[in-house]
Amino acid sequence: MATLELKSLRKTYLTEEIIKGISLSIEDREFVVFVGPSGCGKSTLLRMIAGLEDITSGDLLIDGQRVNDVEPGKRGLAMVFQSYALYPHMDVYKNMEFGLKLAGVPEKERSEKIQHVAATLQLEPYLHHKPGQLSGGQRQRVAIGRAIVRNPKVFLFDEPLSNLDAALRGQMRVELSALHRKLNATTIYVTHDQVEAMTMADKIVVLQKGVVEQIGSPLELYHHPRNLFVAKFIGSPPMNFFSAIFQNGGHDGSSVQLRDGTLLHVPVSPPDILPGTKITVGIRPEHVELAPASDDSGVVEVIERLGAITLVHVRCADGQIIVVQTDGFTTLEVDTPVSLKLPPQHCHLFAPDGLAFEACRRHPLAA
Amino acid sequence: MAIKTKRSTKIAVTCLGWGIALWLFFPIFWMILTGFKSEVQAVSTPPKLIFAPTLSSYAEVFERASYWHFTFNTVIISVGATVGALLLAIPAAYSMAFMPSKRTRGTLLWMLSTRMLPPVGVLVPIYLLARSTHLLDTCTGLAIVNMLTNLPIIVWMLFTFFREVPAPILEAGRMDGATRWQEMTMVLLPLALPGIASTALLSLILCWNEAFWSLNLTSSNAAPLTAFIASFSSPEGLFFGKLSAASTLAVAPILVLGWISQKQLVRGLTFGAVK
Repeated sequence: MATLELKSLRKTYLTEEIIKGISLSIEDREFVVFVGPSGCGKSTLLRMIAGLEDITSGDLLIDGQRVNDVEPGKRGLAMVFQSYALYPHMDVYKNMEFGLKLAGVPEKERSEKIQHVAATLQLEPYLHHKPGQLSGGQRQRVAIGRAIVRNPKVFLFDEPLSNLDAALRGQMRVELSALHRKLNATTIYVTHDQVEAMTMADKIVVLQKGVVEQIGSPLELYHHPRNLFVAKFIGSPPMNFFSAIFQNGGHDGSSVQLRDGTLLHVPVSPPDILPGTKITVGIRPEHVELAPASDDSGVVEVIERLGAITLVHVRCADGQIIVVQTDGFTTLEVDTPVSLKLPPQHCHLFAPDGLAFEACRRHPLAA
Repeated sequence: MAIKTKRSTKIAVTCLGWGIALWLFFPIFWMILTGFKSEVQAVSTPPKLIFAPTLSSYAEVFERASYWHFTFNTVIISVGATVGALLLAIPAAYSMAFMPSKRTRGTLLWMLSTRMLPPVGVLVPIYLLARSTHLLDTCTGLAIVNMLTNLPIIVWMLFTFFREVPAPILEAGRMDGATRWQEMTMVLLPLALPGIASTALLSLILCWNEAFWSLNLTSSNAAPLTAFIASFSSPEGLFFGKLSAASTLAVAPILVLGWISQKQLVRGLTFGAVK
């Protein structure tokens, strides 16, 4: 098993810097997810760890050994590609055998290992099928099998589920989580899907434009986003934002005035900013409360019924749309006037530079 | 109505296709036919379509020149040039397809541009080079020249075929511990085999039919089939019967090879359905 350490890793293509000095440590047996919008550098970072891309500067350590210049096959890693990347001219058995053969594992041992992995992944009936004869899900299993059979120190997954349909993706997600518990191997998983990130990760690394925006457990990112980007990126439907004026604050909280004049006392301590500064308030749709209208502060514009929950899009007096998540039984209808209540303990405040105000008390699940 | 129109179009297109094919094939047909005529029949006007076939031209051709000697030279030169070109082109195309640099595109275009030069433009320097390296009238010499003239096209073709192979498959090989060499031989080559086969076939055909360098760089020892044909067109005048017989003998092997490997050729040219 293995630990990984990234020390100010940088990657430059021609003149453009893609990865801008990323430092990170990954513990033994940890399931780490790199998440971010496309083009954020998450796949490049994974490929740098794999050895498929050169490291322009910085150090990559696996189990304390610097491996910057070690060939991919000698780093003790195995990778599952988005496109599966199975060898089309070899059957399932040979696909799994290839790496073992190159490593000089004796034939009997190879066969035992492959049979064992095939049993784990329910691939036994397909051992002599070519990849072209398999379905997407089966190919994905073969790709995972090919990685497992080599018994690597670290598993690397590059958006492994994005080629599958929604139902299969959900199923494979659960299978992968179960597999991780069984194998107990250090895993790095790249995805742009926040559901995958939230459900599978021990630790999420949010990336944007080659920079780490935040590292933390899924609930830490959800309850205590470090900045506007993470707040927007984590959570579905995304957090609502609106502007407000900072009044004053201290260790016990900060007072802000919303545009309609409402005063809120949010339990977060302010950074060094002056009263009167324009800041951003954020609140998740599941935390906004709907109340019967006492005035014309808002009107229901769209209702999305998802069964268990309902998403209500409310147009406020100033024209801004706020999304509210309520239960599936609401009888609200379009054009109904409503007013919104923002529970201060669920509000997030962001300074003009985008950084979040520090919470006075950490959420118990995100300590 | 629509179906009828479609059918008549189909018939018209078929007729047109056959027409063009026959028109293209006619010279070859006429050559084969003339080979079985006597010299008098061969030049008679109007040309005779019905005649008593004779093997006299063939007999004379075999008497006057050693067909097998020329064929042997052609095979040695074509195969040698093709194998040599593939050995050089496969690593070159591999690096250009999977590890392109800023200059890859330019290099490819420059290589192709050398094919735009008329060969006669470099006749004197190549002749002098061949002479000073004692490669005149040797199979080795001609094979090297053929290999080098075809190299740009072969690299281009292989480059195109290799680009069809998804890079992650090769990367998976590298992750599995394959060296660059193993990655090329155990992963890339089996996948690109149809493309490599059709490239090799094209190279064989080009070398087999090459006449300019054969006539200028060989005389007797290393003369290939193209020189064999040419030897029936000179000093005492043209003898169409023998010339045709010789030409038929010269093109027959490559024609048969092309026929047999038709499927492979088409598969190679439509390569790309690996995913």
